[in-house]
Amino acid sequence: MRPVALTVNGTRHELELEPRELLVYVLRDRLRLTGTNVGCDTSSCGSCTVLVNGESVKACTMLGVQADGTDITTIEGLATNGTMHPVQQAFHDHHALQCGYCTPGMVMAAVSLIEHGEATSEAAIREGLEGNLCRCTGYHNIVVAVQDAAATMGRAS
Amino acid sequence: MSATAEKTGYVGSPVKRREDASLLTGHGTYVDNMAPAGTVTMVVVRSPYAHARVKSVDLDAARKADGVVAAFSAADLQDDWKAAMPCAWPVTEDMKNPPHYPLTDTARYQGDGVAVVIAESRAQAKDAAELVEVDYEPLDAIVDVAHALAEGATLAHPDLGTNECYVWTLDTDATGQKLEDAEVVVTRTYYQPRLIPNAIEPRTVLAVPGPTGDLTLYAATQIPHILRLLAAATLGLSETKVRVVAPDVGGAFGSKLDVYAEDLLALALARRLDRPVKWTEERSENYVATIHGRDFVTEYTLAATKDGTITHCRARVTAAMGAYLQLVTPGIPLLGAWIYAGPYAIPNYSVEFKGAFTNTTPTDAYRGAGRPEATYVIERTMDALADELGMDKLELRRKNFIAEFPHTLASGLTVDSGDHGASLDKLLELLDLDALRAEQAKRRDNKSTKQLGVGFSTYHEMCGLAPSRILGAIRYAAGGWEQATIRYLPTGSVQVITGTSPHGQGHETAWAQIVADQLGCDIDAVEVLHGDTSISHAGLDTYGSRSLPVGGVALTFAADKVIDKARQIVAHSLEVAAEDLEYDSGTFTVKGSPDKEMTVAAAAWAAFAAHDLPDGMEPGLEATATYDPPNFSWPGGAHASVVEVDTETGDARLVRYVAVDDVGKVVNPLIVDGQVHGGITQGISTALYEEGVYDDEGNLQTANLVTYLVPSAAELPSFELGRTESPSPTNPLGVKGVGETGTIAAAPAVINSVVDALSHLGVKDIQMPATPERVWRAIQEAKA
Repeated sequence: MRPVALTVNGTRHELELEPRELLVYVLRDRLRLTGTNVGCDTSSCGSCTVLVNGESVKACTMLGVQADGTDITTIEGLATNGTMHPVQQAFHDHHALQCGYCTPGMVMAAVSLIEHGEATSEAAIREGLEGNLCRCTGYHNIVVAVQDAAATMGRAS
Repeated sequence: MSATAEKTGYVGSPVKRREDASLLTGHGTYVDNMAPAGTVTMVVVRSPYAHARVKSVDLDAARKADGVVAAFSAADLQDDWKAAMPCAWPVTEDMKNPPHYPLTDTARYQGDGVAVVIAESRAQAKDAAELVEVDYEPLDAIVDVAHALAEGATLAHPDLGTNECYVWTLDTDATGQKLEDAEVVVTRTYYQPRLIPNAIEPRTVLAVPGPTGDLTLYAATQIPHILRLLAAATLGLSETKVRVVAPDVGGAFGSKLDVYAEDLLALALARRLDRPVKWTEERSENYVATIHGRDFVTEYTLAATKDGTITHCRARVTAAMGAYLQLVTPGIPLLGAWIYAGPYAIPNYSVEFKGAFTNTTPTDAYRGAGRPEATYVIERTMDALADELGMDKLELRRKNFIAEFPHTLASGLTVDSGDHGASLDKLLELLDLDALRAEQAKRRDNKSTKQLGVGFSTYHEMCGLAPSRILGAIRYAAGGWEQATIRYLPTGSVQVITGTSPHGQGHETAWAQIVADQLGCDIDAVEVLHGDTSISHAGLDTYGSRSLPVGGVALTFAADKVIDKARQIVAHSLEVAAEDLEYDSGTFTVKGSPDKEMTVAAAAWAAFAAHDLPDGMEPGLEATATYDPPNFSWPGGAHASVVEVDTETGDARLVRYVAVDDVGKVVNPLIVDGQVHGGITQGISTALYEEGVYDDEGNLQTANLVTYLVPSAAELPSFELGRTESPSPTNPLGVKGVGETGTIAAAPAVINSVVDALSHLGVKDIQMPATPERVWRAIQEAKA
């Protein structure tokens, strides 16, 4: 067991972790932040995407011990005072989710893409979300929502 | 016929989904998010061989491992099963259905379960499963459906003496003319690649034992009602002792329309151990342990006169069942059996299906189930026939379209409504075909390495499962009705209980739209409950694009009953005759006395207080309707794919995809468009990307998301959608199903476009998926 301290959605946690524990299971099982979903075991689907020090990371590709000292934002930490983040709002407005399982990862990846100023065109958004799979929507409305959110956030170009 | 359902208000509007808020903020209730105190984790030990006898299972080391609660082999649990795993669709009287159980002592496909380990934590269960020693005697395997029925083929079940599961036929002979004597006959053979569903939420179950021998199964399922019935039967329990809850379910597409070994194992072990037992499928496990789709070989023939009047269609299909029959495995081809003439009026009709066992993961319902397979061979062969006739491909289609509705198909069913010419006209408006053909000609002239192709698919399909009598006639075990209850609460809130079980389709929103319009109330006053057999007692769940045309329509009949009872209460209160009341959007007024009125909500309070109800009337304002549809649902439409093919690399990339669908009246255009987008994507992906591949020994070569290509946003364009609207005359809402239309229509349109891009080079066919290698080889072979 290794001592690890990490901040998740503004709350500091001190944990004793097995070295093999993946960050996604630290979030889900230890902190009971179950909004971050697990969709695969090959780091392919992106359902578990979170922000680690502001960078989008598939939480199944990182060990909990590697996250020592980091500041993590999960889907639960995105809305502020009950108001949805512009990306969440745009997903709602444009029906960019159906079953909702890929949605937390897709939203976090989109937030990162927009904040990095990379959501500049339809093609750039499609390339930028390449690591996040959705089986319901065909991505059409996801792309529309990300374009809209980028405009709302003043990061469309 | 409902007097009120035609009113517009919420119905027809793009109401944003009420489901979204919790899903967008990380508060989904997916089963893996649940962890009641004392939960133990189950891991299944699976055969690495496609066909093997299990000589021994040594569980000693696993049982001694840290945190392990128990471990069992097939023999240990055999007495837990009171029946074999269920197949609900014995399509013929003599169909072969070798019994199978949740664990086996003879593995018949790679991934067949041979043992389970239960431990306090997931990590401990996985570690201990590694310690289970299984001694296998590998046996020869049959993998390829195209050879499974050949003389001398290796047998998946040697005891049966054959791989043939059944033969099912449907023949009509309207004109007495033989197909072979027709002026033009075109026969083509096609293979439908095996598809692996990949709902992004893997399957998960959590079985929780109760204090009185009862069990609650939380399951990522699309069929809580059917699962309760069949789980109880398999475990030898009364249905009253099994409750099934389907909370938020992360996609299904047919892959969660089944009674799976793990559902039964979790229940049996929760009962044995008296602890909550959870099993969460890993993605790579999902590739072998969850049903697959397609894997059909079809020889398809169209016969026509020289002027392009099609006289005959004939399909000869061999469909892979996989190793066992799951819930509706043998019936999947039959879901397309009546539509092998497409949206065309073809008088002579012949379909033959042969089911074949192979040592592969069982197949079952997947996204379109039977109808994509039919539509693909029809629409590919329509193009081939047009070439043979020297006729324009769209002209051939128009000439043979079903022209008048209702139309009784040669196959025997009746299509209620449609207008294929209108759909095609609208498609061409959106497409600008002349400009595309000019661009294509230019690139051909320039010998460009980026060739352009345009492909079409015009289709109809039968969904909305289904009239119970027809299901009975084709030997399906259950009916196809759906139930809805509408209950006024004292203050005027409305509870709607539906037997449908959504997993992304937005029923909570759409059902509230329908009910709010009919009862004339605010949509926010309507609560929609589903997916829990202790709340929704009766229902037949969600699959086959049935939810709206069956379950949604049931709502309108329940609302009619509520309004009828309210009318009696209002008449009594206002001291007028019930016939003198007019109902409009939640309010009754007295004919000729417009100042006298009373709302349904006020009647609901009166029914609750029950101080002054008509003599003999029961208190409460609540009604249940069970609706058995008189017909299937018949959506249709016209799709076009525009593709750019790199003749040097073979890379085929979609440039545009235009779809015009006719799904009858639309309740929520936002949701309907979303359903079409998703369906189209699966069709495109079938044509260009996805294929489950086994090697000759039955090892799945595409066994995870790295080796099986599920497309991302980067592989796809945005879609251009249009709609035509032929209301269904069979239900008061005028609605049809929409969930599978895109998947059914898209694959042939895309392959037709790839072939069109290369037709000037002599390419006539390309096997799906049209990977760069296949396209490149097709070009080289055409050159040679």
